[in-house]
Amino acid sequence: MAYILRRLAFYAFAGWVAVTLNFFIPRAMPGNAVEAIMAKFPSLQPSAYHALEAMLGVGHPGSIWHQYWSYLYDISHLNFGISLSEFPAKVSTLLGETLPWTLVLVGTATVIAFVLGTGLGIIAGWRHGGWFDRSLPGLMFFQAIPYFFLALVLIDLLALQVHVFPTGQGYGEGQIPGWNWDFIRSAVDHSILPAFTIVITSMAGWMLQMRNVMITTIGEDYVVAAQAKGLSSRRVVFTYAARNALLPQLQGFGLALGFVVTGAIVMEIVFSYPGIGQLLLTAVTSDDYPLMQAIFLLITVAVLLANLLVDLAMVAFDPRVRTRGAF
Amino acid sequence: MTAALTVVADPGALAAQPQAKNLWRRLPVKAKVGAVVLGLFILAGVIGPFFAPYDPSYQSPSIALSMHPPDAAHWLGTTQSGQDVFSQLLTGIRLTLGLALVVGVIATGLSVIVGVTAAFLGGIWDDFLSLASNVFLVIPQVPLLILLLGYLPQRGQGPTAIVLAALGWPWGARVIRAQTLAIRNRDFIGASRETGEKTWRIIAYEIVPNEISLIAASFVNTVLYAIGASVALAFIGLADVSSWSLGTMLYWAESQQALQLGAWWWFVPPGLAVAFMGTALVLLNTGIDELGNPRLRDAAGTARVGGRRLRPADPTPVLQAVPERRSPLAAFVHSFSRASFYERDGNVPASAGPRPARPGALRPNGRQR
Repeated sequence: MAYILRRLAFYAFAGWVAVTLNFFIPRAMPGNAVEAIMAKFPSLQPSAYHALEAMLGVGHPGSIWHQYWSYLYDISHLNFGISLSEFPAKVSTLLGETLPWTLVLVGTATVIAFVLGTGLGIIAGWRHGGWFDRSLPGLMFFQAIPYFFLALVLIDLLALQVHVFPTGQGYGEGQIPGWNWDFIRSAVDHSILPAFTIVITSMAGWMLQMRNVMITTIGEDYVVAAQAKGLSSRRVVFTYAARNALLPQLQGFGLALGFVVTGAIVMEIVFSYPGIGQLLLTAVTSDDYPLMQAIFLLITVAVLLANLLVDLAMVAFDPRVRTRGAF
Repeated sequence: MTAALTVVADPGALAAQPQAKNLWRRLPVKAKVGAVVLGLFILAGVIGPFFAPYDPSYQSPSIALSMHPPDAAHWLGTTQSGQDVFSQLLTGIRLTLGLALVVGVIATGLSVIVGVTAAFLGGIWDDFLSLASNVFLVIPQVPLLILLLGYLPQRGQGPTAIVLAALGWPWGARVIRAQTLAIRNRDFIGASRETGEKTWRIIAYEIVPNEISLIAASFVNTVLYAIGASVALAFIGLADVSSWSLGTMLYWAESQQALQLGAWWWFVPPGLAVAFMGTALVLLNTGIDELGNPRLRDAAGTARVGGRRLRPADPTPVLQAVPERRSPLAAFVHSFSRASFYERDGNVPASAGPRPARPGALRPNGRQR
């Protein structure tokens, strides 16, 4: 329990650092952000100046501390200001529309990739030196491919050359989002290729790591002892070796998650998937600072929450964690 | 073997020369392949632009040269505006790899400084620096990079390199801190402190040289991260898109509909270049890992005893059980001996000990016999 509390405190602290960075970055950068925005959008009325100031929190009356507190207040009430590119839509509304798409796609695909990669890593590590294990260097190639590049190639091969999958978008032309069978089928159809991309590229990493930890674990005395006792191979592999090898793997999962999620989000752009990635591209290309900041916070919070879940899983798997607090 | 026995006045001279040679020979095959491929890319980055057949930015006015598939004049075809893809690729490799190497050097330097400082100062400094690296480890870097680069007034190689390096140190710092803590308590560090060595000297000459393989691994990892992040950032337009890097090539290919127009020669070469560079780095890193952890080594390189390959979980082999190799004459003489009588019967003489016991349960590959 103490361990969980410590981790909670740590993630709260990390979240606070992210929020604070978010507050200070616009102020630390050279030039006046409001002026820059006004220059980039000639169509904005001069009266928008104060609205922009309020939005970015730069023109607030009072000291920087006062601004900081009002900023924290806004964030805690999920008030991220107003989007510049989709004026006058609220940033929180835009996020609410796109988040479910990304959450379902990237979440499901990442979990599939992790489970599949870990499972195959167990096999490769157990049969160290077997044909499967020796074919691993080929997989490193997939580990090194940028997500969005594989997406381009897959679209070219499976959507344009052979018309197996749709080329992009989240659902078919003319479909109206809703909980009906046609729409769900269309959405699933459109998500297979993006999900496949995530699984292929991120699976290799989990696999290689699991294989390495497996090989190291197999050499431990307790695994040899378990074999000497005459336990079945399956029991030795899963209950003795894999369960212990899973701990570093889980820790690595938490730390690598940021990369996987951002890689997947950039990949969404290629598919014109109606998720956070598309929103991020809009924000970047149109210098929509409030949107960019909110997306950064959103991704950070998502990754921190996922890390917390990983820690809870660690507590479930590793009795040592329950007694000894690790940082 | 004999070299170890010869007495040389200067032990340094003995160690220096063969070590460099041995290192390459001891390097696992994976690392060698990685090093060679990476070397080819570095070569392409250094001399490539001088051999580029065209100016990568030159837009051919001829309509026939727009989106032209690869042929003898343009090895990798042309873009929509008639630019030569091969020339862009050569220039792009230089820019991307150069940026990544610079980021790797700066970020690895930072992680060594932070890691060693944290481990040496200890106490509240250690707590603070560890906390900082752990926080920046969990905060996803690419969105933070996007935010930082988005607010910067001008986008280019310089700012990108600085921002990437500023966020690329935490992982290395964490690993190096742990290693420094382990080394710090060794006897030779205590000895040099007793002899009155200054702290900076201990760090520079005793600690850091003992962490070289770790630092190398961290450098390779950082270069990998820098390539991936810079290409992704350029792809979404957060770079100087008028310069040619692998990322900006992909940016232009995507924004000018290379995919929809079927111009695979436009987006495949830069992507493959990134993938191959990355593969080379991963191979190199795995090789370094294997150098430090013999268990990970390829089974092909593991010991064979009596024609059987040893697996990590196998019991220590009983070497006496391996039949001796005899010359034909010796075998003929041996066939009259008492021992040969037992061998023929499938029994092992008592003096030679039992054959290595390998019951099914002990076979780690799970095949029961």
